[in-house]
Amino acid sequence: MQAESPAVHFLLGRFTLESLPIHEPILVVTFLVVALLGLALVGAITWYRLWGYLWREWFTSVDHKRIGVMYLVLGIVMLLRGFSDAIMMRLQQAIAFGGSEGYLPSHHYDQVFTAHGVIMIFFVAMPLITGLMNFVVPLQIGARDVAFPFLNNFSFWMTTAGAVIVMMSLFVGEFAKTGWLAYPPLSGIQYSPDVGVDYYIWALQVAGIGTTLSGINLVATILKMRAPGMTMMRMPVFTWTALCSNILIVATFPVLTATLALLALDRYLGMNFFTSGLGGNPMMYVNLIWIWGHPEVYILVLPAFGVYSEVAATFSGKRLFGYTSMVYATVVITILSYLVWLHHFFTMGSGASVNSFFGIATMIISIPTGAKIFNWLFTMYRGRIRFEEPMMWTIAFMLTFAIGGMTGVMLAIPPADFVLHNSLFLVAHFHNVIIGGVVFGMFAGISYWFPKAFGFRLDPFWGKVSFWFWVVGFYVAFMPLYLLGLMGVTRRLRVFDDPSLQIWFVIAGCGAFLILLGILAFLVQIYVSIRDRERLADVTGDPWNGRTLEWSTSSPPPAYNFAFTPVVHDNDAWWDMKRHGYSRPLAGFNPIVVPRNTGAGVILAALCTILAVALIWYVWWLAALSFVAAIAFAIFHTFDYNRLGTVAAEEITGTESERTRLLAGTAAP
Amino acid sequence: MNDYGSEKREQVTVGKGNCIGRMPADRGAHLSSFPGLRILCVLPFAGLLGACKAVVLAPAGDIAIQQRDILFQSVLLMLIVIVPVMALTVLFAWRYRSSNKEATYEPDWGHSVHLELIIWSAPLLIIICLGAITWASTHLLDPYRPLDRLDAGTPVADEHEPLVVNVVALDWKWLFIYPELGIGAVNELAAPVDRPIDFRISASSVMNSFYIPALAGQIYAMPGMRTQLHAVINEPGEYKGFSANYSGAGFSGMHFDFHGLSNADFEAWVAAAKSKGATLDGAAYLELERPSQNEPARTFASVEPGLFEAIVNMCVDPAKMCMNDMMAIDARGGMGLAGARNTLPVAADAKGGRKAVFGPRPTYVASICSTADPAGLATLPERSAPSALMLRDDIAGPSPSLSLLDRFAPTGASQS
Repeated sequence: MQAESPAVHFLLGRFTLESLPIHEPILVVTFLVVALLGLALVGAITWYRLWGYLWREWFTSVDHKRIGVMYLVLGIVMLLRGFSDAIMMRLQQAIAFGGSEGYLPSHHYDQVFTAHGVIMIFFVAMPLITGLMNFVVPLQIGARDVAFPFLNNFSFWMTTAGAVIVMMSLFVGEFAKTGWLAYPPLSGIQYSPDVGVDYYIWALQVAGIGTTLSGINLVATILKMRAPGMTMMRMPVFTWTALCSNILIVATFPVLTATLALLALDRYLGMNFFTSGLGGNPMMYVNLIWIWGHPEVYILVLPAFGVYSEVAATFSGKRLFGYTSMVYATVVITILSYLVWLHHFFTMGSGASVNSFFGIATMIISIPTGAKIFNWLFTMYRGRIRFEEPMMWTIAFMLTFAIGGMTGVMLAIPPADFVLHNSLFLVAHFHNVIIGGVVFGMFAGISYWFPKAFGFRLDPFWGKVSFWFWVVGFYVAFMPLYLLGLMGVTRRLRVFDDPSLQIWFVIAGCGAFLILLGILAFLVQIYVSIRDRERLADVTGDPWNGRTLEWSTSSPPPAYNFAFTPVVHDNDAWWDMKRHGYSRPLAGFNPIVVPRNTGAGVILAALCTILAVALIWYVWWLAALSFVAAIAFAIFHTFDYNRLGTVAAEEITGTESERTRLLAGTAAP
Repeated sequence: MNDYGSEKREQVTVGKGNCIGRMPADRGAHLSSFPGLRILCVLPFAGLLGACKAVVLAPAGDIAIQQRDILFQSVLLMLIVIVPVMALTVLFAWRYRSSNKEATYEPDWGHSVHLELIIWSAPLLIIICLGAITWASTHLLDPYRPLDRLDAGTPVADEHEPLVVNVVALDWKWLFIYPELGIGAVNELAAPVDRPIDFRISASSVMNSFYIPALAGQIYAMPGMRTQLHAVINEPGEYKGFSANYSGAGFSGMHFDFHGLSNADFEAWVAAAKSKGATLDGAAYLELERPSQNEPARTFASVEPGLFEAIVNMCVDPAKMCMNDMMAIDARGGMGLAGARNTLPVAADAKGGRKAVFGPRPTYVASICSTADPAGLATLPERSAPSALMLRDDIAGPSPSLSLLDRFAPTGASQS
């Protein structure tokens, strides 16, 4: 049944023409569409002579705001890919009844659900939250950039490199067919001998470097670069959640890296960490991957909680209720998130006492989470709520997340989990908290801070269209899955016997279609907003009557963020400044030292991509070459002493008086 | 735990197209202790009632019924806080909309000790209740714990001897062995009603999860390991069982029928199995464990004794040393360097024969000898490749197998 290891060609490794999926029509068509769109994009950029601009102003930028925006673009682009996978799965499950095999063979379907999970977590949710944190945190704490601006650019390109590697697997070779966490022994060399799991391992390793470095960067930024007067207990709640989220990143991503490294050693060097014989133990992998995997959930949701806190206070026109308990709740969640990983596998045969411990620890997390929900609730209480798009997402979140939290606690009770584990009930639960918590939060955050980033608002009409399609679509897509889980239907099935289940899968498929409309409406919203940017323009820099420091500067903020470092006297620093009749300084500017842009991040990440692809395909000469090149280039980069530039005082004076003119309502010619 | 004994259980069969009639009756009994919450409870589940075959909510085995009850209890407890939160969210959002100038506006109000106390203590109290339920029920319903009741009204007595069933997840089908009856089955399982079943579960290659929703919660099936599940089926009927953990290409077809049978029907099923079908011995098992999809159900008239233990210890192939023997040897200090020599290459076409690109050729630990093979002949199989053991003997001098036999004779390995 299994052959010897395939021949490894000296030049091409194990790549052959057979590795190209030319016999799979779905992939060929996808490739053609992607290639045409890609060519159109490249053509358009060339036609409008934008390459130089993009390279100088964006790709090589070390400005946290531009890097943040690039992260968000990456997340939205990958959302389209991850969502295509979702639609394919929904379609397959809606038609594979009554003897029909559907339209996806297991070889393809199993890659689709694996890729969906990996992409949505690592290349959609992570870039979106990292992008928001990158953009917002330095502005909120009154800093001019993050602590390590070049590292920030490098982190972004490493994340992008991981996404490129995953996308490559679509057309060259295949992706893993193991589920998104690639449990061994299935992901071992015995049962997954092809390139799929290697794509998985190296995409996550490369992106993981970016995520870890970005985490270190933001922790350092928040701890060391706050404006004078901003004590820890005066930090905006979004900054607090970003701090906790990044501490979790720094603490847990090394675990993921180590776990995947051990899996790679099993697969490349024939070691036996996770094999079922020769002293290996697959249960160790399951533990290790969830020691990363559970905190990962909080890495994603904590910054979203931060967004809701900012939005609820701003749009209720009111101080956030229970700031202190909000902060403590966040910290408690951060700590507890390390103590619950085993609830992902109660059914692996741990004893009753172990299961009870982890079950109860999980429930305890619902106490600070519940406190947070109450805090948002009482922030609305006696407020003046403006139902702009960010606030709508927040209220939808509060209603949706309450349900997701409840089903989560149900799953945390081991005897109940025994009947619901791995079922579609579980799938519905985690989509309920990730869509209802993280995705809604990202949309709230994007629509909230978009005017800060670009100087004009997102179009409210298309925002509301997108909102309603998303929210209704979510319920239509996932409530049937709860029900199917209670009917005893497990996840990752490709074909079904029982015809009475079909109607629910059809309904879920309709829900996915509604969400598709929501995504399209969001894209239309961006297009319309750019087209109508004059109509939607905001010159004040403070379109929502905001409370935190990012609203005190112009939109978009200048490269140096703040001409003078603000001084903080209260929790809601900008609200406090406005109330005390703050007036912008108009003169006396000093030159500001800012880091220069550099292409080193792009080049290093490109070398790492080549290294990963060479390792995936066993092209050893290329792996050795790109590894040496990456190290050499990194060392070479350290000799670049010309890294700092200066924004002259005259330039700042010019920028700031331009802003003064705008604020006075006399737009510049 | 709830007292289900107060109501006579309705006999229903969970068959295709058959709505479950007993859930409301059971819930009524359960809810009588929470009269005030009765309405609250009925509303969310009324919709589910319309959906027939929500087997997790209307199972037919006592363990699954108790697990279902915990689901209901936890939902009820949580609704105490979830419903007010959702209602208040809508209420506050409406009442404090900016166009409503009637409503009080207090832009600087952001702290209240009383409210904070309620905010933290209400969830805390609920979690204390839930935690107590969790601790008790996790221990009571531990799948490793032998049953102490057949249903709410019937404690297990001496005459209820458990039926032992060995379960093996293969690529991609289920093998069931009844060691006491000497029979086996693929993708078909039967058990008599109201008799405790003691499942011992393992797998041949990758992880799966053994799950019959109507009977009891699931437990993983893992290669080289044995998990356990105690359960009982209380109503005769046809139920679905399947793998609940993705295991590769043939995963979707990895389901089986579970027959809950009356005693007489079960005896007839056993007799039918004994009267027809093949014998499952080690060689037949090695053939069976090769990957295949959508296997039809079939039974084995006899199963070689000790096969399941050999599967768990990954030594159905007599040339391989059993893991329990390895562990016994290791517990006594191991074989030293001789242990490193006592390996043989895995045939390239066999399971586990794939070599990592830079790794050594896969090997297995050769069996030394066994009662079935006292001379240890299986360690010197007639393979196309020369035996590593023999090659190394040439280099290393005295035969390790002989010195091993001397050294480990007292451990119970039979002496030749």
